[in-house]
This record gives sequence, structure tokens and C-alpha cells, in this order.
Amino acid sequence: MRFDVGLMLSWIPAALSGLWVTVGVWLTGGIGALLLGLAVAIIRRFGGRILDRGLWACVAVIRDTPFLIQLFLLYYGGPFVGLDLDPYAAGLLGIILYGGAYICEIIGAGFDAVPRGHQEAALCIGLTRLQMVRRILLPEMTLLVLPPVVNMQIILLKETAVLSIVTVPELTMTLTSLGSEHFAFAEALSLLALGYWGLVELASLLGRLAERGFSRYRLAT
Amino acid sequence: MNEVAIRLAGVGKSFGTQHVLTNIDLVVRAGEVTCLLGPSGSGKSTLLRCMAFLEEHTTGIIEVAGAPLGFALTPDGGRRRLPDGDIVKVRQNIGMVFQQFNLWPHMTALGNVAEGLRMVRRLGRKDAEARALLQLDKVGLSHRAGHYPSELSGGQQQRVAIARALAMDPKIMLFDEPTSSLDPELTGEVLNVMRDLAADGMTMVVVTHEIGFAATVAQNIVFLDHGKIALEGPAQTIFRRPWHPRLGQFLETYLDRGAAVLVRDT
Repeated sequence: MRFDVGLMLSWIPAALSGLWVTVGVWLTGGIGALLLGLAVAIIRRFGGRILDRGLWACVAVIRDTPFLIQLFLLYYGGPFVGLDLDPYAAGLLGIILYGGAYICEIIGAGFDAVPRGHQEAALCIGLTRLQMVRRILLPEMTLLVLPPVVNMQIILLKETAVLSIVTVPELTMTLTSLGSEHFAFAEALSLLALGYWGLVELASLLGRLAERGFSRYRLAT
Repeated sequence: MNEVAIRLAGVGKSFGTQHVLTNIDLVVRAGEVTCLLGPSGSGKSTLLRCMAFLEEHTTGIIEVAGAPLGFALTPDGGRRRLPDGDIVKVRQNIGMVFQQFNLWPHMTALGNVAEGLRMVRRLGRKDAEARALLQLDKVGLSHRAGHYPSELSGGQQQRVAIARALAMDPKIMLFDEPTSSLDPELTGEVLNVMRDLAADGMTMVVVTHEIGFAATVAQNIVFLDHGKIALEGPAQTIFRRPWHPRLGQFLETYLDRGAAVLVRDT
């Protein structure tokens, strides 16, 4: 038995179609997670104590259980409570909930990290509270959370591999099934690793470019 | 006597059971510079922050330009909280300068100064920036208008912060230890801007450790100790004869820095 590079190369077209599904799920799921995380963080900060506590509990449950189990529950457990989702929908919802829980915590910490004095300065200038939030708090928070949010998006990209267990035909599903078919797991998993490596490097590069673009606005000391 | 700019009557502030300020009566007159002095923890910064309603005073009444700030007296002698809109309105008489500058890092120097003009005064971007540039010119920084706070020195940041406050045409400027996070070299440029402002007749309340500045610029000195006004009066008399034991002791600590000599010779 030897490592069959030719076989590996012959899988590239199939791998690419899986790759597109991965990228598609990641982009929609990642953006969805960002929006959900932002919305939950804002509600928790400005929506009063009861909402804050309730949402805190939801976030805790999601953060304290493995993504694999959450996805299983969504897909196989959903129908018991009338939530009958196709694999894509279950996978996407899973990514959005999982990512949203973490991003909400990141953004919450970002709000806390905006110096109080910057907000006081805005009020002293005469800005209303809403103007202060829109013009000072949100932009400064965005600058602060950019690196950890990029990091979270990269984690989400890799977590999309878990979607293979609910039969979403993304990169992992495509290549592991090809591997089983040809009984060539080393080839399949190598190509799989290469695929994720390339994607993550590309995503990191984009993240670094974004951070560099914002570096002029860093907090002055 | 000039008209009253700020009047405090029976003002107190406590955080839980800790009394930071007790029964402060103080009158700040228009066109005068009042310096709040005192050791750390004496409540001078808290007192200044109360004048901008960044801290809510727990007792007493504060009037700014004749209007009650935050709380008004009720006929039965109690206090009632005024709506937020009123607080915003009364605050417009006040410009505040902080120890930590507190410039907004995502805006240029010009953007920082223009922000209030655009958002509060509702000027268009062009008009706001033209006026902001004039304001920056007054603090000698029009050539730095396009720079972000992270690209400015501490002294420059503080001058931008002063320009930002002045752009809103406040009647009273409050300074909370404006030079305490600057090295001596940069302190001078900020104090010079403040001297010019005082010479122009701006009403100023300054919390500072710069005894030299207090002695040469202030008309009034308020010396706080343990949350109370220990001593208050015209700068000349206060510094000439620091007969008050606590003030004498406080000024002694400046001997090392050579400032007390300056004070005595004033």
C-alpha cells in the first residue's frame, strides 16, 4: 500500500465543489453569527436586567456544550419539538447560534473595554445618549473586538467540518466519503487538511489586512 | 462683583456609606479662575465632576448659569430629579477637560473638534470643520488637524481636547487635573493655552497639582480636605499666609519640587 498522489489529484474537482459549500456555509453562518452576537450584546447591555439574565443563560448553555451535540440535537432532536430542518438549515442555524454565543461575549467585553471617559467626554460635548452610542461607543467597540472576532470567524470556518455529521455535502463530508469509497483515508484526509489550511490562511490574511487598515485608530495612550 | 456662574449649596456626595463630599457651599464667579487644591482623596475631582453632573450629588443643589443642574428644590425643601433633556441643556454651559484627554481614537483631531458642532449644533460637515479648524488654530494645532489621537503627543492631545470643549462656546470650562498625565515639558504647552484662556476672561474651575499655575493665574483658591472646604479665599491672601495648618503642611510637600518658593514669592 502506498500513498496515491494520482488518486488524490483526481479528487480535486469533487473537493472544490465541497469547498464551495464550506465557504458558502461559513460566510452566511459567520455573518449570521456576527449579526446575532451584535444584537444579543446590544440587547443585553441596553435592554434591562431581565433580558440580560435570560440571554446570559442561553449563551452559557451554548458555550458549555459541544457544537457536535448541539448540531445533533437540532437535526435529530428538532422534529420532536416540531422543528423539522433540512441538513443545510440545521447546519446553518447551528453555526449561527454557536458563533453568535461567542461573538456576543466578545462584543460585550468590547463594550466594557471602551473607556468610560470617552463616553463622558461625548456627554459633556452635549451628545444625547443615543448619539453617544452610535458615534462613540459602537465604533470604538468595533475597533477593539476586530482581532478576536476575526479569530472567532476562523474557528467557525473549521467548525463547519462538523456539519458533515448531518450530511451537509461540504468539504469534510465530500472527502471522507471519497476516502471510504476508495479505502484511501490518508489521501482523503491529507487533501482535506490542505483544503482547510489554504482557506484558513486566506481568511487570516483578509483579517490581518482589515486590522492593518484600522491601526491608525488605535487607542492613544 | 461678577455674576455667579456656578453656585453650590449644601452639596454632598457619598458612594454607599463613604462620604466623599460633605456640605459644600461654593460660588464660582464669571470671568474668574478658581483652583481646587487638596491632597489625593480630598474630593476635589469628585466636586468638579459634580459640576458637570458626571457624578450625581447626593445632597444639595448645584446651579449653573442660574439653572439647577440635575436636581431642583421642591417647595417642601426636598429635591426632585430633573429630566435628562434638562441636564443636557444645562450641561451645554460647560466644557470639560479630563486628565486622560479622552479624545475619540477613531476620529482625527479635526473630527474630534467638529463632532459636537455637527451632532449638537447640527452644522453641515463643511461648516463644522471650518469652525473646528479655527478652534484648533487657537491652540496652535491647525497643522495637526488630519492626525489621529494616536499620532499626537500627550500635550497635543490635551490641546485638541481643550479645542473640542471650546468649540461648543461654553460659559464655563472645567479642568480635571489637565496636566497630571503629562511630563513637565508637555505640561508647559497646556498651561500656556489655559493662561491665554484665562486672560480672555473665560470662567474656569481647575483641579490641579500645579501650585505655580494656581498662584499665578487663579483669583480664587479652594482648599479641600476630607471632602470639606478647609479654606477658601483670594489666591493672594491664601498663598501669602498659609496659616491654616493643613494647607501649610500640604504646601510643604511642594518644597521638594521648588514650587513652594515660587508660591511664596508671588
